[in-house]
Amino acid sequence: MRKLTWFNTTALTLGFAFLYLPMVILVVYSFNASKLVTVWGGFSTRWYGELMRNEAFLDAAWVTVKVAVMSSTLATILGTMAAYVLVRAGRFAGRTLFSGMIYAPLVMPEVITGLSLLLLFIGIGMDRGVMTIVLAHTTFAMCYVSVVVSSRLVSFDRSLEEAALDLGCTPFEAFRLVTLPIIAPAVISGWLLAFTLSLDDLVIASFTAGPSATTLPIKIFSAVRLGVSPEINALSTIMIGIVTVGVISASLISKRSMLRQSAEERAADRT
Amino acid sequence: MGEKVFAPWTDPNETPLIQFKNVTKRFGEFTAIDNQTFDIYEREFFALLGPSGCGKTTMMRMLAGFEAPSEGTILLGGQDIAPIPPNKRAVNMMFQSYALFPHLSIWENIAFGLKRDGLPKEQIAARVEEMLKLTRLEKFARRKPHQCSGGQRQRVALARSLAKAPKLLLLDEPLGALDAKLRQDTQFELMDIQEKTGTTFVIVTHDQEEAMTVASRVAVMDHGKIIQADTPARIYEMPGSVYVADFIGDVNIIEGRATPAGDGYDIAFAEGEPALHAKSDKKLQAGSTAYLAIRPEKVRISTERPDDLPNVVRGKILDIAYLGNLSTYHVRLPNGQIIKSQTANTRRLSNRPFTWEDEVWLGWTDTAAVLLEG
Repeated sequence: MRKLTWFNTTALTLGFAFLYLPMVILVVYSFNASKLVTVWGGFSTRWYGELMRNEAFLDAAWVTVKVAVMSSTLATILGTMAAYVLVRAGRFAGRTLFSGMIYAPLVMPEVITGLSLLLLFIGIGMDRGVMTIVLAHTTFAMCYVSVVVSSRLVSFDRSLEEAALDLGCTPFEAFRLVTLPIIAPAVISGWLLAFTLSLDDLVIASFTAGPSATTLPIKIFSAVRLGVSPEINALSTIMIGIVTVGVISASLISKRSMLRQSAEERAADRT
Repeated sequence: MGEKVFAPWTDPNETPLIQFKNVTKRFGEFTAIDNQTFDIYEREFFALLGPSGCGKTTMMRMLAGFEAPSEGTILLGGQDIAPIPPNKRAVNMMFQSYALFPHLSIWENIAFGLKRDGLPKEQIAARVEEMLKLTRLEKFARRKPHQCSGGQRQRVALARSLAKAPKLLLLDEPLGALDAKLRQDTQFELMDIQEKTGTTFVIVTHDQEEAMTVASRVAVMDHGKIIQADTPARIYEMPGSVYVADFIGDVNIIEGRATPAGDGYDIAFAEGEPALHAKSDKKLQAGSTAYLAIRPEKVRISTERPDDLPNVVRGKILDIAYLGNLSTYHVRLPNGQIIKSQTANTRRLSNRPFTWEDEVWLGWTDTAAVLLEG
């Protein structure tokens, strides 16, 4: 191991402190026994217990997960289809316009996306609730999925699809049996990305949510306006925990499968 | 006569398996295939040979159904194949990159096409086993493609494309990714498998040695046209043009003026040099430009003037390429022309009678050179 120099140590400490100090404070105070957020009153898990009894938070959490699952699934289907057409269909009339329009929502301010969707839902007389949030999240997450999947499709060996056709597949079978299983990792990471985006979106959800459905970010935001309670700290700590476990296990799995594959390739070349 | 020689293209009663009729293929402004008409017969091993960009791959992709001809028709067993999509054709292809499905095992890769036909399970299993045996892959059935070496992957690709017993198998540079030694072994294996299965093979390659080894007929292509299609021996011994002579193997090309003489022509190629004589049935105008194509191994090199050869020239050894079993001598004639002569090194190198800068005689018979029109 190389020894870090004085400068490197300082830079590293400052950088990490900047990134993680706020979260460390939040996690520490979630175990605070005192009701006052800024005064340490000893270690306790009482706020976790309180949280479990808070119906409003649990309802909001359930709505959020429902919305995230539905919208990310829809966004993955639509985004994958769009990416496939953009990469595979070659040069058709209006291709440049189409690809530009797919990616435009990436840079569109969320307020505008939210407002325009709100106007649409009012215009067609749709009651605001879970369905409207799902549609809104699908709209803005779809382009992220499309970016992730199309970058995988660009490096995809076209002759694999031709081989499938050659062996008797219809174009749809070739996609289902060959293309989809091979690009599955990209599709899954697109789904995860859409899921996270939906999970922590506040702006678009607050435009399109109705009285019947509130998502967790909206709930937290409105609760904090009445004063930060230790319950919210506890809730946030749980969310940080879930995200951390998810990210670490995903990267471990992909790293291990990569190592195994390269080891097997080396073994095959020796025989 | 003993065994009948395999040459269906010489038999006018034979119906060809594939017929190209005035086929043209354009990509935008670019003409990839230029009005080609030719036939391929059943059980043939037909090689399309040419430099990259000559249209050989386009020809193959039209047979597989990935490209449609811009003009003309392609018949397979007498049927126009233009309206038939690739998945309905009795044609299978072995891809240059092998295109093995990475998420499926070797067994599943080979079974892939059979499953699409909806065959019963036992029948699929029996056919896959048969293919594994044919390509000596029994031990690797459960492996994934990335767990196999290059040579094994090549055999999997072959087994997969043969599994459906196609009328026609297309091979796109099938040995390009293998190293030289493995490639030679695999060439003979391919010929063996072709003979065993009786399938018609069409192979695309830029490697002339490979085409000569495996094919029953070789079609030399250039700029979207087949320049000459014939057996390897006739392509080599009787090239129809300077391009073919030059593309296949090593050759000396001597340009000169032809004058009819005896049973052929005298070619005057340089001031102060005697004319060279070549036998030929060709009808050339007296005084027209002609080319002599002579293979280096047909040029004899000696220190003494040979008395028994009608064509003799004198020159100085410029270079010697020693290949172990063979040596190629580059000899410069007084007019600057360089003639290559190749001999087998049947004696020890130290016994060689000539070396760099030596004056030597070159000679060849009047049938050694092929006379080509300008």
